[in-house]
Amino acid sequence: MSQIPEELRYATSHEWVRMEDDGNVYVGISDHAQDSLGDLVFVEPPEVGDEISTGDECGVVESVKAASDIYAPMSGEVIAVNENLEDSPELVNQDPYGDGWIYQLKPANKAEWDELLSADDYATTLEDDED
Amino acid sequence: MSTNPLIFEHSRPGRRAAAQIPRAVDDNALADLPAHLRREGKPALPEVSEPEVVRHYTNTSAQNFAIDKQFYPLGSCTMKYNPRGANKAAMMPGFLARHPLAPERHSQGYMECMHELQDFLKEVTGMEDVSLAPMAGAQGEFSGVAMIRKYHEANGDDERSEILIPEAAHGTNPATAVMCGYKVREVPVGKDGDVDLDALKEAVGPQTAGLMMTNPSTCGVFERKIEEIAKTVHDAGGLLYYDGANLNAILGKVRPGDMGFDVIHMNLHKTFATPHGGGGPGAGPVGVSKRLQRYMPTPVVGQRDNGSFYWKDTDELPDSIGHLSAFMGNAGVLLRAYFYAMVLGREGMIRVGEYSTLAANYLSKRLQDVGCDAAYPSRRASHEFLLTFARQAKHNGVTAVDVAKRLLDYNQHAPTVYFPLLVPECFLIEPTETETKEALDRFVDAMENILKEAKDDPDLLHGAPYTQPLTRLDEVQAAKELDLAYKEEGAA
Repeated sequence: MSQIPEELRYATSHEWVRMEDDGNVYVGISDHAQDSLGDLVFVEPPEVGDEISTGDECGVVESVKAASDIYAPMSGEVIAVNENLEDSPELVNQDPYGDGWIYQLKPANKAEWDELLSADDYATTLEDDED
Repeated sequence: MSTNPLIFEHSRPGRRAAAQIPRAVDDNALADLPAHLRREGKPALPEVSEPEVVRHYTNTSAQNFAIDKQFYPLGSCTMKYNPRGANKAAMMPGFLARHPLAPERHSQGYMECMHELQDFLKEVTGMEDVSLAPMAGAQGEFSGVAMIRKYHEANGDDERSEILIPEAAHGTNPATAVMCGYKVREVPVGKDGDVDLDALKEAVGPQTAGLMMTNPSTCGVFERKIEEIAKTVHDAGGLLYYDGANLNAILGKVRPGDMGFDVIHMNLHKTFATPHGGGGPGAGPVGVSKRLQRYMPTPVVGQRDNGSFYWKDTDELPDSIGHLSAFMGNAGVLLRAYFYAMVLGREGMIRVGEYSTLAANYLSKRLQDVGCDAAYPSRRASHEFLLTFARQAKHNGVTAVDVAKRLLDYNQHAPTVYFPLLVPECFLIEPTETETKEALDRFVDAMENILKEAKDDPDLLHGAPYTQPLTRLDEVQAAKELDLAYKEEGAA
């Protein structure tokens, strides 16, 4: 069973979002997503300064099996990206909710946070997928 | 077993292969070559004796795992075995020696073949007209969507900014749409492998330029609601694009033109007798409906009233999207397709469709009987079908790639793995029309054994293959630290 930390919110497209005290959020892909993709060989995050809208394709993760888009779980401005992933995409596999974060966003509309899935709801979507 | 050394590793100073020595070059011929373009030293070519050269390449070729040695059920690739005869006919000196700039009156034979090929492809696809100009599948796709764009522009319909693509599509489809300046909107596929029609109805609108579809899809099933899909997109003012990647399954049975498609590209290198997958030249002719006819890429082969053939170009087709290359497509690939079509004829073409579908359904049924899980068990397969090893992955930790690698030990080429992405731990299997029942049965026997091994000894599969020149590769390192250039030891 994959890890789904309680304090995070999730998108059905398997991104997680962590809200910081300053109101900015970190975005990455879930443990389930990294496990399904297998060993990552390349991560293309969005660029700092990009304005993205919810649901936009804003990056790519590539594994030995497949290349997948990363979708924006919230709208806002990209204020940082995880530079370490350029040389070490395996961080996403090793620590998807920590060192494997992909980018940081300054949300345009904080209300969108409430529309994201809770850990329990995300766990339910994963179970549905297995049927 | 191990890999052969590189040809460079056989090299010893002063050794020569007489047959390989370059012909002497007249120094004067290069007299006007500027100094900065000249080499300062000799090129780093290997110095190897003639028998060593012969042995090296013979031994290397013996390591091929290929259609000439093994069953090769890669999915989403269509024909793997390409009849030698079609190639031989295309290699006749009259074709090989024809210069593309030769005058029309010296090219009438070739042009007549191409004119007949245009007619033949029109008949097979049910389209109004066909252009052989695109040099490959990707260029066929590009010209198809470029025509859709031109059509909307000509109608002053500038708001159409989106191309709809079902999630089971080939990756080239979204790439094509983006190349033509469109945004891509993905349409989900339902649990039965068909497009989710309700989702499609929600997605279409005044912003819809068109829908790109492969039918049968990469899920290995024929889209049953195709007429309703066509109507939905047309009613919204969009056009329908048919990706001909899986044309084999429907040859002589159903025609994209009759299904309501406005444009189709055909991969002649997939369906009509040219080996592909090696990055060699392709051919991606486009067929068009009446409303797109005037935008077709040029040149096409026209016929005058007196029966002679000529290059019909933009002077006669001023709305064309224009040329895609210096001439018209890849002549060799087009010729192979021509001969293949002529040898098969209408009856043979129908048999290709029937046998590719029969082989896939036989294999699918037998594999399910020995314990494999079909991704869409309720559906009849088209020319290919999907298995999923999600159950084995969960219970035994054996993944699709483990099974694929183990197949090599049974002297069977692995099918396509992990495509399409929407089915977890999948195999996309396409036996094609050329395999015998015995070859299919051998594959089933191998799979039956492997499923047993997966239960009894999962670790055996994790380490496979054991009988190949190389065992399990480190795919992460291969992808991240790809090293293709030979560098002599000690060289800078």
